[in-house]
Amino acid sequence: MDIFNDFSIGLFAMQAFILIVLIFLLGKFAWKPILNAIEGREEGIKDALEAAENAKKEMQNLQADNDRLLKEARAEREAMLKEAREIKDKMISDSKEQAQLEGDKIIKQAQAAIEGEKKAALADIKNQVGSLSVEIAEKVIKEQLSDKDKQLKLVEGLLGDIKLN
Amino acid sequence: MSSFQGFSISEEEKDNHSKEIGGQVDTKEEINDYIAHHLKDAHDFHLFSYTSDSGERKHVGFSLPVIIWSSKGLVSFMSSEFHHDDAGHTIVEKNGLKFTKIHSKIYELDANATAVSFDDEHHATNAHKVLDFSITKSVFGILIAGLLMFLGFFSLAKGYKKGAIPTGIGRVLEPLVIYVRDEIARPNIGEKKYKKFMPYLLTVFFFIWILNLIGLTPLGFNVTGQIAITVCLALFTLVIYMTNGSKDFWAHTLWMPGVPYILRPVLAFLELVGFILIKPFSLLVRLFANITAGHSVVMGIAALMILLKAQFGTAGATGISFFLTLFLMVIEVLVAFLQAFIFTMLSALFIGMAVEEHDHAHDH
Repeated sequence: MDIFNDFSIGLFAMQAFILIVLIFLLGKFAWKPILNAIEGREEGIKDALEAAENAKKEMQNLQADNDRLLKEARAEREAMLKEAREIKDKMISDSKEQAQLEGDKIIKQAQAAIEGEKKAALADIKNQVGSLSVEIAEKVIKEQLSDKDKQLKLVEGLLGDIKLN
Repeated sequence: MSSFQGFSISEEEKDNHSKEIGGQVDTKEEINDYIAHHLKDAHDFHLFSYTSDSGERKHVGFSLPVIIWSSKGLVSFMSSEFHHDDAGHTIVEKNGLKFTKIHSKIYELDANATAVSFDDEHHATNAHKVLDFSITKSVFGILIAGLLMFLGFFSLAKGYKKGAIPTGIGRVLEPLVIYVRDEIARPNIGEKKYKKFMPYLLTVFFFIWILNLIGLTPLGFNVTGQIAITVCLALFTLVIYMTNGSKDFWAHTLWMPGVPYILRPVLAFLELVGFILIKPFSLLVRLFANITAGHSVVMGIAALMILLKAQFGTAGATGISFFLTLFLMVIEVLVAFLQAFIFTMLSALFIGMAVEEHDHAHDH
């Protein structure tokens, strides 16, 4: 077969013309939008994957944060409970002490009062004994005045015997 | 120029020239002629022929417009005016000029000639070839391929307006587009520059592939087996990589650094011959030869049906030829893709060589 005789310039020209038109039209209306769309989609997929990865990391961070917060809260609760218990104990012991002191004070006051009363009563008794003695002495004196000197010696003797406490 | 005539059945007497195309094909010579004729471009679209009950030879197909640049300017008429004649018997008169068709070429007869006369080597002596811009079978095939590409890829492009994921035919086409981008353009041309060449590479890939596949249908196209077509494709690649050559490319081609000065012109000559002649030639011959060989072999094997009839009987010969042809057709479907891939791949490789920028800090 004679290849060069077969070469048709007309066919070559038609092919060149149609191919240029094809490249131009397809390039403008098909390849460009298709490749742009595919690229956009690939970009979108890449972004979405990255976003998902980031979200996952964020979730892990959040989880860790939550765990930490929970632990902290638990520790705080422990601490608060402990403190409360301590406060309670302290209050109880404080009030006990206070009560003790108050009691002691009251007792002391009572003792002082009793002492005072006792002293007063003794003074009173002394006075009464004195006046009684004076009365007795008056009566004795009135009766014994006859024997005035003897009586006086007796009274003195009696008084000397009565020792108060 | 009138529109296509649609299907027409033209009749021809059986005894007219049974050796001519369209007659019954029985002998080895007729088979060779038939295959040779198929491999050539044609001016009308011939689907099949048969002999009717009354013994008439009928051709089914339609005629295509003939557009030629004659000595008196543009002339056009329908190819049906040649009445399936391909041997220079039928003379068509237009604008006072006489035209005839010999072996799929249109000749203009000299002014005073009334019939074509041939010399010993069967060359016309009183007629000359004209520039033929006809919508031949190949051009018709190209137009069909172009139309298919428009339909498919415009719909794919439109599909992206509705959503990121294509539907329908786009689902098939999109992976192919991505394949050309990721397996052919990116690795060969480089990430930075491949985008500029995508329209050409995609167009050429699908163009060749679709035409290769159409060539395998019984419609009888042999577009990518036309040397004019492959020359045109290779020239496009040549022009693209020569006009996009980087400074480094030209420096390395014309004045290779790191080589003795005396050798540099020799290297420049070899490099230029390689880029201007050898590379495009390898492109055009590879595609042309593969497709032509494929068509020849498939048709030859199919012809076993006729040739082996005497030895194996009609059923045996048909069976043998059927299975062999089926086997070959499967291979040809692969070859159709492979050749489109190789052409695009090598184009991308050559473009990549031309646009590459060397990092002088590291090499040399």
